[in-house]
Amino acid sequence: MARIDITKHELVPKHEVLSEEEANKILEKLNITKGQLPKILITDPVVKKLKTDVGAVIKISRTSRTAGTSTFYRVVVAE
Amino acid sequence: MALTKESIKKTLETLKGDIPDVIISDLEKELLNIKVSKKELDKIIDEIKRRYEYCIVEPGEAVGVVAAQSMGEPSTQMTMRTFHYAGVAELNVTLGLPRIIEIVDARKIPSTPTMTIYLVEEYAKDREKAKEVAKIIETVTTGDVIKKTEIDRIESKITLILDKDEMSRRGITTERVVEKLGSLKVEITWDEDRVHLNPKTEAPSLKEMRRLSNKAKEIYLRGIKGVKRVVMRKEGDEYIIYTEGSSLKDVLKIPGVDITKTKTNDILEIEKVLGIEAARNAIINETLDTLDEQGLRVDVRHLMLIADMMTVDGTVKAIGRHGVSREKASVLARAAFEITVDHLLKAGLKGEIEELSGIVENVIVGRPVRLGTGMVDITMKRNGYK
Repeated sequence: MARIDITKHELVPKHEVLSEEEANKILEKLNITKGQLPKILITDPVVKKLKTDVGAVIKISRTSRTAGTSTFYRVVVAE
Repeated sequence: MALTKESIKKTLETLKGDIPDVIISDLEKELLNIKVSKKELDKIIDEIKRRYEYCIVEPGEAVGVVAAQSMGEPSTQMTMRTFHYAGVAELNVTLGLPRIIEIVDARKIPSTPTMTIYLVEEYAKDREKAKEVAKIIETVTTGDVIKKTEIDRIESKITLILDKDEMSRRGITTERVVEKLGSLKVEITWDEDRVHLNPKTEAPSLKEMRRLSNKAKEIYLRGIKGVKRVVMRKEGDEYIIYTEGSSLKDVLKIPGVDITKTKTNDILEIEKVLGIEAARNAIINETLDTLDEQGLRVDVRHLMLIADMMTVDGTVKAIGRHGVSREKASVLARAAFEITVDHLLKAGLKGEIEELSGIVENVIVGRPVRLGTGMVDITMKRNGYK
């Protein structure tokens, strides 16, 4: 049976992996360390699809009820 | 001199990141209808920026407490127990306060799991096709197609009389039933709509026979495990399937099911199938819908904060002593919440350090709370005034 593409589901916002450079820029702008970012598990179904490693920063473009769109960052962690 | 549409758009483009997209697009809509000069546009933008910044939560505002109160107050007004679903009277769905508690507690399994299954275009409009999908989803057990069972003590055999109408309605053949009954490990003979079971043991007791006949009624024939009942409803011009019981992963694989909209009210299942961000959205939607259904209006921002708090760790955790509260850094804050002695004792054994950086611990100790104006400290610039 064909695997379903969960990223098409309306509940799932767009996830993108940031390059090391981009990630550092964000961290610098927010004046925080990676550990202070909200987390996302490496076993998360969406992260699995992105095929990334622990420590990567993921940019999530949420659709917000109040702001239209809002950007959120999560760092990939092991379980 | 009035600005051209392109240059207005260009100027507004630079605002992205400072001001939410909705405000920018609203502004653009308005501005394109009127004539503005560069000077006027700058003035408008400055004013909007000022007003927007005025609306942002100030540093030191106790947003968590405000969120808690904003959700706590209306929930006292809620009907304590309501059990019917708006629209689908046939299905029982927990709503009202019990449902809110369920969401916030991040229960493993909600008391009434349900799915709302949307169908893709060609299936949604066609009653027969929608029915086909519903048939695939609904679990059918032997009990559903057996009209009557007879126990023959003399010949020690059980006769199952099958319901022909029910069987053709659900699309099940006698062969299928017989095949599945094979798991009982008894001798099976059948003719037409009668299936005879012969236990292999010699002279089985009545108790054994009864147990066997009950077992024969519980055998799974077809459908998705966990979905007990299916209700089809026409909303607008499309058919939507509601279910009792939930199994999102399996349902999404069925051809004809709209994988972009189909949902369940089991938040942990959403987390497992669609990920943490989807779970966050589900928490917001579910709480908002439950409150809406009771005619209560709570600003989504509060619910968004709660959902964010529940999902920061990458897993859905409960608000309460097992989840959010357990992970507070301060010993006193944890002890002040619940199970005081345990927390103090464990902290003592581990030699935890109390930083006194939070609210609760400072109230306990009797120091000014680091909130609002209390957030601000005065420090001297040592080398600044030579």
